[in-house]
Amino acid sequence: MLPEAIHAMTAHLGSTGNASSLHAAGRRARRVVEESRETLARALGARPGEIVLTGGGTESDNLAVKGLYWARRDGDPARVRVLCSPVEHHAVLDAVHWLGDHEGAEVEFLPVDAVGRVHPEALRRAIEGGSGPQTVALVTVMWANNEIGTLQPVAELAAVAHEFGIPIHSDAVQALGQVPVSFADSGLDAMTVTGHKIGGPYGVGALVLARTFTPAPLLHGGGQERDVRSGTLDVPAAAGFAEAARIAVERQPEHAKAMAVLRDRLVAAVRAAVPDAVLNGDPDAGGRLAANAHFSFPGCEGDALLMLLDARGIECSTGSACSAGVPQPSHVLLATGADADTARASLRFSLGHTSTPDDVAALAEAIGPVVERARGARIASARR
Amino acid sequence: MSDFPAAASGRPLRILAAMSGGVDSAVAAARAAEAGHEVTGVHLALSANPQSFRTGARGCCTLEDSRDARRAADVIGIPFYVWDLADRFREDVVDDFVAEYAAGRTPNPCLRCNEKIKFAALLDRALALGFDAVCTGHYARIVDGPGGRELHRAVDAAKDQSYVLGVLDAEQLAHAFFPLGDTSKELIREEAERRDLAVARKPDSHDICFIADGDTQGFLARRLGTAAGDIVDMDGTKVGEHDGAYGFTVGQRKGLRLGRPAPDGKPRYVLDISPVDNRVTVGPAEALDVVALTAIRPRWCGPAPTGPGEYTAQLRAHGAEVPVTAEAVGGELRVRLAEPARGIAPGQAVVLYQGTRVVGSATIATTTAASAPVGT
Repeated sequence: MLPEAIHAMTAHLGSTGNASSLHAAGRRARRVVEESRETLARALGARPGEIVLTGGGTESDNLAVKGLYWARRDGDPARVRVLCSPVEHHAVLDAVHWLGDHEGAEVEFLPVDAVGRVHPEALRRAIEGGSGPQTVALVTVMWANNEIGTLQPVAELAAVAHEFGIPIHSDAVQALGQVPVSFADSGLDAMTVTGHKIGGPYGVGALVLARTFTPAPLLHGGGQERDVRSGTLDVPAAAGFAEAARIAVERQPEHAKAMAVLRDRLVAAVRAAVPDAVLNGDPDAGGRLAANAHFSFPGCEGDALLMLLDARGIECSTGSACSAGVPQPSHVLLATGADADTARASLRFSLGHTSTPDDVAALAEAIGPVVERARGARIASARR
Repeated sequence: MSDFPAAASGRPLRILAAMSGGVDSAVAAARAAEAGHEVTGVHLALSANPQSFRTGARGCCTLEDSRDARRAADVIGIPFYVWDLADRFREDVVDDFVAEYAAGRTPNPCLRCNEKIKFAALLDRALALGFDAVCTGHYARIVDGPGGRELHRAVDAAKDQSYVLGVLDAEQLAHAFFPLGDTSKELIREEAERRDLAVARKPDSHDICFIADGDTQGFLARRLGTAAGDIVDMDGTKVGEHDGAYGFTVGQRKGLRLGRPAPDGKPRYVLDISPVDNRVTVGPAEALDVVALTAIRPRWCGPAPTGPGEYTAQLRAHGAEVPVTAEAVGGELRVRLAEPARGIAPGQAVVLYQGTRVVGSATIATTTAASAPVGT
């Protein structure tokens, strides 16, 4: 966590007070929440009334996807189509699948190009296709991909959705603090952000929600957040989150510049050590997150690479793991047309404000031998 | 830890500890780490869909077991990963298990898993990734003998698992560690408590790990179908019917559902299973007495012996030892029993011992009965 965010959060840990209570302590707590909401709104290019505080990115995604689906279907039972990018985070992907399995949703995955991008024209074709625009409940496309770093043309997609009066949600968890994010400029109806990805606390996030569409709630109770989200507010977490968002956005241009320099160095170093390594995602720096580099190493298994690098003090990640911890081939790479072997042979390197040129140098030194060893291991374990 | 050299005696070894999520493998990993070695924990994901397997968490293959293994690794303070060996496990263990039953034999999947997965697929990958050895929670001992590393029975006779390790050859043994062989299970549980391992009181696993509910017959029926056939006596006279010959094991008495009693009024046992004509042959207990057998695919835990030799043999998991004379001829092991033994099923392993030392093993192919020859 950012020291400023820790300070903002811990300043309120000692005070009691339910922000919904009417007495003095409650009013103090309410004031902290509302000031945090205003800070968040400024940082996100939104109005304070549009900030719905939640328990994090997963809850925000579920609230947007399920809540908008239910509300739209309740308005017109014919509206059951959910248009979704296939490269979404599991918090969106699994929510969408659940709607398909249990709530009668017709889930349609939007086509993406080789870097995982949804084109506005593809969205238009999807909306107009099938049973037509009047049957679409919502569109959801993430702002920036968490694995390969590809940025989506969110504003253009929103413009297309709005031509047909369809709500559009975007998971901007990976984008905030990395690229400029303005809710108002994007034209989105709903946008997910979370605290821990920007140097704020875990377990707090927000769904930025325009007044255009109101989702049905996931959590019923006191109706604390616009009657859309119930639960006693976590006052210290809101304060820490707001402070982190303020700083992340303030430092974003400078941060992105520094990350791009390191990222370019990292990419050059990996390519020098492993000439056949493939950089995934958009090769154009303007189309991807600056702090992300994602490679496929032909002939390797990602989990072997991860373990060997981990042993050398270099932390990176494979696509994702199932709940038992079994590495899965990345659904993102599969969606971009990669085969299962390539998807398994992939590794993501994320840079952060603590990353240094020395870290990149350490990786440059390790990656060649590690890839060689992992290739040997794959051959050995295929033998019988 | 008789078989576990401390790191102080040389360079620390890089050891891969296979962690099932049970108490034994957790303590084994802890002992390896405590001896000063560089230990990495690995849980083997053996089911393509972990939640579809057993949920009671008494062995391997469940989500809960993966979490228990991870938690144990945290407490021990070693890195932990999950390796996906589901494809290899399905091909080499589960499919083989089904195929063996379909052929009328009674396989032991644990042996197969040790031979093909833990000390082949896992060990090969570990060695290629720079590890020196694999360590497991099996109850067996490795002793440095004059001719190299020897595999011996565990001191806790009730828990001894040398039988299911009898398939390991010298090369595999050279890279294996069994840190629990010198200790009783009771003491291992106490040690786990002392080490604050939450799995200390976790129940033992008994059944076949990939058969969720313990219903082997049902598992086989789903894969092989149910084809009704005849149960006949030794003369070929029909005495009953079955709904799938593969479900039976030589020596089995229960579940035959024979309507009429035998002429002598004594219970009857399965003597032979013939998948070709879908027949199960039954007869009196005496007909189960086997005096000789041949076994295929011999594997030696050290140099292969030449000429006939005197050994004791274990003919099934948890079975008693019987004195035998055995000789490897071509690709076959011929075994003559000093006294008749009962309930010997083709497909099971014969493991040869000299004292507590495992000499080798082979898969039983045919048996010779004391009375009349039975078998294929």
